[in-house]
Amino acid sequence: MTQLALVIDLNVCVGCHACVTSCKEWNTSGWAGPMVNQRPYDADPTGTFFNRVQTFEVGEYPNTETVHFPKSCLHCEEPPCVPVCPTGASYKRKDNGVVLVDYDKCIGCKYCSWACPYGVRELDEMQKVMKKCTLCIDRITDRSKPESERKPACVLACPTSARLFGDVHDSDSEVSVAIRERGGYQLMPEWGTQPANHYLPRHKTRIQIFEDELERVDNPLDKEHPLPAALGDTLDDVTF
Amino acid sequence: MHPAFSVIFLTTLIGAAQGMFMALVTGQVYSMANLLEPQDSVTFYAAGSLIALLLLGGGLVAAVFHLGKPGYFITRAWRGVTQWRTSWLSRELIALPAFMFLVFLYGVVHDMGWTDTLFTIKGVIPVDPSLIIATLGVLMAITLFISTAMIYASLRFLQEWYSPLTVVNFILFGLASGFTLTAAFSAWTRVDLVGFYGTWAVVFTIMAFVSRFWSMLRNQRIKHKSDMRSALGIRHARITQRSMGFMGGSFNTREYFHGKSSSVVEVVRLFFLVMVFAVPVALLAASNTLESRYLPVLAFLAQYTGLLAERWYFFAEARHPQNLYYQTVG
Repeated sequence: MTQLALVIDLNVCVGCHACVTSCKEWNTSGWAGPMVNQRPYDADPTGTFFNRVQTFEVGEYPNTETVHFPKSCLHCEEPPCVPVCPTGASYKRKDNGVVLVDYDKCIGCKYCSWACPYGVRELDEMQKVMKKCTLCIDRITDRSKPESERKPACVLACPTSARLFGDVHDSDSEVSVAIRERGGYQLMPEWGTQPANHYLPRHKTRIQIFEDELERVDNPLDKEHPLPAALGDTLDDVTF
Repeated sequence: MHPAFSVIFLTTLIGAAQGMFMALVTGQVYSMANLLEPQDSVTFYAAGSLIALLLLGGGLVAAVFHLGKPGYFITRAWRGVTQWRTSWLSRELIALPAFMFLVFLYGVVHDMGWTDTLFTIKGVIPVDPSLIIATLGVLMAITLFISTAMIYASLRFLQEWYSPLTVVNFILFGLASGFTLTAAFSAWTRVDLVGFYGTWAVVFTIMAFVSRFWSMLRNQRIKHKSDMRSALGIRHARITQRSMGFMGGSFNTREYFHGKSSSVVEVVRLFFLVMVFAVPVALLAASNTLESRYLPVLAFLAQYTGLLAERWYFFAEARHPQNLYYQTVG
């Protein structure tokens, strides 16, 4: 079984919002659109977005770290939003695991958005139906596009390649390897939703180094220490 | 959560209607057992059913305004009955019209006087059509209570609701307001059952107080399973949001928070504690000695107003984990 998903690398996300704007651009004019804006140039603007980039500060000044955090539907393997839908408008595609909404069946009761712990569903204020990330279903399944373009708009737009796309059920896929080798994890694992999307943690490269490794203990110039011979054998005296 | 007035009216109106129907049936069963004097079919049971039916109709109208567009009621709402295998909301959408139909039938049977005994069980229980419909109606009322409450009680990460107490509260509030309403109806139509229904109303009101107080206590001590650490997957005790990704509003900032200050919430809580429990019990007790026609009606109006506040508070007190992602505009 295929389960398409995104893997988001927090280590390289720079918070540029290119994925946010490309998502809106592609989807507002595509299969999932429109994504309506209201009062865009007035006070209190609002609009529908499938993807957001948020920024968090971890730690206390001066020991802080800024984390840019892209957030969209995680296409859970156990999506709590699907079984609660009274009309069957909310569904998970059998062939590729993408969670979608059938706008023609949705009655806009918002129950699915209550049932999502991540808050990734939005009621469109004009159409009054629930909308959400489709993983650009109209792009990734479009056979008229070359293979390299059959990816979600956000993935293609990301300048730092912080977004990987692929089948997380295929152990050899780029995303599965990334999850396996770089500590990919799921959000809010406590609810058993099994999100298909994973996040790669930030990491720093550190080597462990001890002080005596920085300077020779038996310095022949004897400018730093007296020769250790006076204190007994050194390792150099007994090994060959 | 953001309290929607459509749902507040829906749940309180149908709750009172279910309670009233069960009260009417209770009266009928008691009179069959010769514990109460039999009441007139038309002026008591049929008229009472009509009141319950009107409340249910009011609830249905309120529910229409919970849809994205009211027009969806005609074009799409029928699909709502299709997912009963998995969705409690779908089950409610089946149980509500079914219950309305049974209440309607119950009223019609009494109004037409089709209450001749069909057969007798063990020579003691005379069964007439109204009793059969009453039994089905009570079962459907219980189904509807459970379906309505489970819509909320089944959401496991809304921990304030994820408890059997939610179901118990919905049932007891429905019974309390329904029996109070029936006491008011009896008083208004000068039927000598005010004491009977009033006593049961007080009993259910006190039971509802115990279970609601218990659930408030539980919710005050609740430990939320989700925090910033699990929301972001970053192991640090101190994580602050600097930007939620936008400066304007969105569905996420509107739908999951009541938008009122904590002092307003506290006032609403005090208001409903007084209006749902203290005032109706005092008024019903007073009406017992004063034999007033108006006090039970006032008791119901007070309790219903209080229940509106209670339901508002019920939504307001639930904290959705998605709010962890929306704390700082920036």
